[in-house]
Amino acid sequence: MSPRTSSPTSLPKIGPAQIALLERLSNAISVSGDEREVREIVIKEVKPHADDLSVDAMGNVLVICKSTARNPLRVMLDAHMDEVGFMITEDDGDGLYSFEVIGGVDERQLPGKPVLVGKERLPGVIGAKPIHLAEKGELHSPISISSLRVDLGPAGAGKVSPGEWGTFATRFQRAGASLMGKALDDRLGVATLIELVKHHPENIELAAAFTVQEELGLRGAKIAATTLHPDLAFAIDSTPAFDLPSAAKKENTVYNCKLDGGPAIYLADAGTISDPRLIRFLEATAAKFGIPYQFRQPGGGGTDAGAIHKVLSGIPTVSISIPGRYAHSAVLMSRISDWQNTLQLVYAALQDLTPEILASVRK
Amino acid sequence: MKELIQKLCEIPGPSGHENAIRETIMKEVAPHADSMEVDALGNLIVRKGKKGKDGMRILMSAHMDELGIIVTHVDKKGFVRFTTIGGVFIRYLAGSRVLFLNGVRGAINHEPAEEPGKVPPIEDFFIDVGASSPADCPVKVGDLAVFERPFIDNGDRFISKALDDRASCAVLIEALRQVKQSPNELVFLFSVQEEVGVRGAITASYSVDPDLGIAIDVTGTGDTPGNEKMEVALGNGAAIKIRDQGMLCDPKVVRWMRTTAEKAGIRHQMEILRGGTTDAYQIQVNRAGVPTGAISIPCRYIHSPSEMADIRDLENSVQLLVALISEPVYLK
Amino acid sequence: MTELTPFLKKLISLPGLSGYEDPVRDVIRETWQPLVDEISESKLGSLHGLRRAAGSGKHHSILLAAHMDAIGLMVTSVEDGWIRVMQVGGLDTRILPGQLITVHGQRELPGILQMIPDRLQKKSRAGSPPEITDLFIDTGLSARELKRLVKLGDLISFAQLPFEMPGGVLTGHSLDNRASIAALTVCLDEIHRTSLDWNVWAVATVQEETGLAGAKTSAFELQPDIAVAIDVTFGKGPGSNDHRAFPLGKGPTIGVGANIHPALVEHFKKAADEMDMPYSIETMPKSSGTDGMGMQVTAEGIPVMVIGIPLRYMHTPLEMVALKDIQRAGRLLARIITRLEADSMEKIFAESKA
Repeated sequence: MSPRTSSPTSLPKIGPAQIALLERLSNAISVSGDEREVREIVIKEVKPHADDLSVDAMGNVLVICKSTARNPLRVMLDAHMDEVGFMITEDDGDGLYSFEVIGGVDERQLPGKPVLVGKERLPGVIGAKPIHLAEKGELHSPISISSLRVDLGPAGAGKVSPGEWGTFATRFQRAGASLMGKALDDRLGVATLIELVKHHPENIELAAAFTVQEELGLRGAKIAATTLHPDLAFAIDSTPAFDLPSAAKKENTVYNCKLDGGPAIYLADAGTISDPRLIRFLEATAAKFGIPYQFRQPGGGGTDAGAIHKVLSGIPTVSISIPGRYAHSAVLMSRISDWQNTLQLVYAALQDLTPEILASVRK
Repeated sequence: MKELIQKLCEIPGPSGHENAIRETIMKEVAPHADSMEVDALGNLIVRKGKKGKDGMRILMSAHMDELGIIVTHVDKKGFVRFTTIGGVFIRYLAGSRVLFLNGVRGAINHEPAEEPGKVPPIEDFFIDVGASSPADCPVKVGDLAVFERPFIDNGDRFISKALDDRASCAVLIEALRQVKQSPNELVFLFSVQEEVGVRGAITASYSVDPDLGIAIDVTGTGDTPGNEKMEVALGNGAAIKIRDQGMLCDPKVVRWMRTTAEKAGIRHQMEILRGGTTDAYQIQVNRAGVPTGAISIPCRYIHSPSEMADIRDLENSVQLLVALISEPVYLK
Repeated sequence: MTELTPFLKKLISLPGLSGYEDPVRDVIRETWQPLVDEISESKLGSLHGLRRAAGSGKHHSILLAAHMDAIGLMVTSVEDGWIRVMQVGGLDTRILPGQLITVHGQRELPGILQMIPDRLQKKSRAGSPPEITDLFIDTGLSARELKRLVKLGDLISFAQLPFEMPGGVLTGHSLDNRASIAALTVCLDEIHRTSLDWNVWAVATVQEETGLAGAKTSAFELQPDIAVAIDVTFGKGPGSNDHRAFPLGKGPTIGVGANIHPALVEHFKKAADEMDMPYSIETMPKSSGTDGMGMQVTAEGIPVMVIGIPLRYMHTPLEMVALKDIQRAGRLLARIITRLEADSMEKIFAESKA
C-alpha cells in the first residue's frame, strides 16, 4: 500500500453540481440498444478531461486519462449507460401501439405508468382496464404484457413507428437524504464515473468505459474490455436493496444489501467470482479512510464484471454497487450518503493502487 | 493412481478459490513439466515439449474446481445462511456436512417445509456450526465451504466427493508423467470456475491459442436402476464424446480418437450426453475456432457428495490420451 | 449465372446438420468458386469466399454471413430394433410423430419417426404430446441388421423432397437457412463483373442452430468493418400473425434493434428505397437470434445488420419461402456492396461517432 496518506476531506464529494448532473442523466432516455441521449451527456462532460475519447462499434464511450507515473497500472472503470424500457413492435392504429419489454421488467410494474416514446419523446400511458370490467378470477393473476398497449391518445396515431424505443416518464427528485428517479441503475454509476474522470488520480492510467446493452446481457462491456485491455477492472453499478417489509414473521436474511450501509462490494454473483486480491484491497482501503461499506450477499444477478473478467487472458475484476431500492421499476430510491461513500471508496482505492496488487497469483 | 485421486479429492477447492488444489497439483507436475504459469483467473497452465515438424499445439483441460457453498448471512441466533457455488442439488443438502476454508465444520439443515415432503427453497437452509449469535460465529459473509465425505475404496470402484473433476486432473497428471516423446507442443490446463459456467477455459484457451483441444471431464452413466437415457456404463472404458448439451465435438477429432483407440486396443465407448457440458464448449469457439473433442470418465451420481468411478476407466483414459498425443495428429 | 430454383432445390435435398455440414459445403463451394477470387475454410468448417477490391493497398471489408447448417436429429441408442434420438438444433417434438426420415448410417436408411402410443404410455402422460425420449424410429430392419448399420451419433435428416407451388413459392426442409445461402449467391452473381472498392467476404457459417459457433469464430478471424447476417424470419401464416411475422413475397426485412447498428438501418433503408424494393422493418428488441448476435459482440465489436427472408413453418420439414424475396435480398446486398467507396465507412457512421 502507498505510504501516502490522505485525509478523508481530500476525497471528492457529492454536492449540488453532482446531483444536478445525476438529474439530467436520470431523466435522459437511453434504453438498451439506443443509448444516444446519455452518451451525448457523457461525452460533453468528460471530453475536456480525457486524453483520448472514442465511440466503438456498439456505442460504448471509451475514455483514457493518462498517468504521470512510469509503467502505471491500466485500470478499467465501468458503468453502463443503458436502462430498461421497451420497443414499439406494431402500430395497432388510433394511437395504440404494441411493445416488447427490454431488460428485466416485472410485468406487474407496467400497468398505469406514464411513458415517453420515440425520437420525439412523445408522452403516453400504458393503460390498464377499469377494475369494473375485470372478469371473475382475472384479478388474481397478473395483467399480461401481451394485453397491454402504449397509448399516445387519438392524435398520436402514426406518430411513432415499430423499432422506436421508450421508457418510464418519471422525473428525478431529491427527497431529503434520498434520491428518487428512474434508471438510477446505473446512472448513479455513470455519474460516479464522470466524477472519477474529472478527478482522476495520476498514479494510474484510467480507462473508463461507459457501456451499452448491459441489461441485455453485458454485451457492450465485453468488447469494451477487449479494446481497453486493462490490468484490472472495477465495475460500478447499482444493486437492489431488499431491506423491505417481509411477509414472513421472521428475520430478513435475504436483503441483498441495505440502504445507508455504504458501497456494496461483490464477493460472488451469478456471473462473477470477484478477485479476492481486489476484495481485500477494497476492505483495507475502506478501513484506512474510515469509509463505511457492506458486502452484497452472494447470490444471483450480475454486473458488467461478468463479461469483463473473461476477456483476453482474463482480467482481475470486482464490482462495487450503490444500493438502490425498486430496481427496474418506474422509480428507484438511493441515498446520497451511499453514493458519496462509493465515490470516495473507489477514488481512495485508485489513489492507493500500485502494481504490487498483482504481484502474487490469485488467492 | 488411486492414492493420487484420493489426495486430490480431499483438498477443498470451490470455484474461484482453487489455490490449495492448484498448489498440490503444481507439486505433482513440477518434475515433469517444462514450464508452469498461473493466469489472472488462477488457471494453471503446464507446458511440455515443443511443436516439431507435423506437430500441433494441443490443449488438454481438466477443471480443478468443485461445488461448494458461500455464506450470505449469519442470523441473530448464529445460524449460517448460504447459497450454492455451482450446480449443487438442493435435495442432497439436508444432512450434508461442510468444511469451511478456514477449517470450521458444520451440518446443514432447513426450516420446516411449507408443504411437507417438498424440498424447501435454498433460502430456508442453514448451516449449524454450533454458534448462538453472529458475534460468536466463526464464519462470516463471503466465507466458502465444500462438502465433506470420506473416500471409500471398494476395489476397482471407489466413492468420493469431487471426482468431478479431480478424477480427470489425475488422468492429466498421469498422462503428463507417462508421455515420453511427442512431436506436439503439449499444454496441460488445470482450469478454474468450470462449475459456475466454464469460465476459466475461456481465458486460458485465449492465452494458449491451441491448434487442437481436448477436454477431460466426467460424464453421467445410464447403468443405474430406472435410468435408461444414456449408453455410457461404468467400467466400459474411456468415453469418447460425440456431443453434449453445450457443443458438438468436431467429427474429425471424434474419428481420430476412435481410430486411435481401436488401433491401440484401448477399451472405449462412445458418449452422447443430454445435459451438461465441459471446458470443450469454450475451447471450440476460442478466437477463430479450434477443432475440439473430449474424453469423458464415466461417473455415477455426479454433483452429489458421493460420486462413483471405476479405476479401469481412468486407466483406459490415460492410455488413450497418451496414445493420442504421442504421435503426429492428422485430422481427416 | 446460377439458376436460383435448381440450385436451391439441390441445397435443400442435401443433409448438412449442425456440426456436420460437409455435404452442403461441397455444393456451395463448387457454386461459389467461379464467383470469388479465393475460397477457404475456417477451423470449424465455415466457408470463406473472398471477392477482392480492385487496386492494391488496404481496403475496408464487409462480411456477408448466412448459415448453412440445418436442424435434424441424432441417434442416441440402437436397441431391440428401435432407434432412439435427440434433436440437433431446436425442433418441436409435437411435429415429429409420423415423419419420414433418413438415417445416415453405414448406408442411408429410410425410416418412420413415431411415438410411444397412449396405451403403452404412463397413465399420467397419456394424451400428452411426446417428449423427445418418447420418440423412436422404425426402419423395418431386423434388430441384428440395424445394430450392424446404425451406431450412436449417426445423423438423421428429414426425407421430405422439395416441391414448387404456384406463385413462385418453394417448399421443403432446411430452407432455414439455405434460402439465405441462395440469396448470398444471387448477390455474388450480381457483383461478379463489377469492380469493387471494398473486399467482400461471403461466408457460409456452421453451427448457427447450436449456438452461433461459426459466425463468432469467422468474424473474429476476418475482422470485417461491417457484417451482415442473412437469415430467414417468420412468414405470416396460420398461427403466425403478430408483429413478428412478415408476408411472403413482399420483400426481405431490415432489422432494427440492439444487435443492429442504427447507422446501417438508415443506410439499408435508403438503398432499398432507391431501388423501389419493398421491405419490412423487423423489430428485434433484445436479440436477433441470428449470426448477427455472434458477430456483433466479437473482439472489439463489429457493426452489424440483419436481413431477413420471410419463411412459413420454420423448423418443420415443410418450410415455405417466396423465391422473389430471395432474389430481392440478394440484389439489395449487391446494391449496398457496389456503392461502397473508400470513404463510406466515415460517411455511414459519421453521425454515430459524434
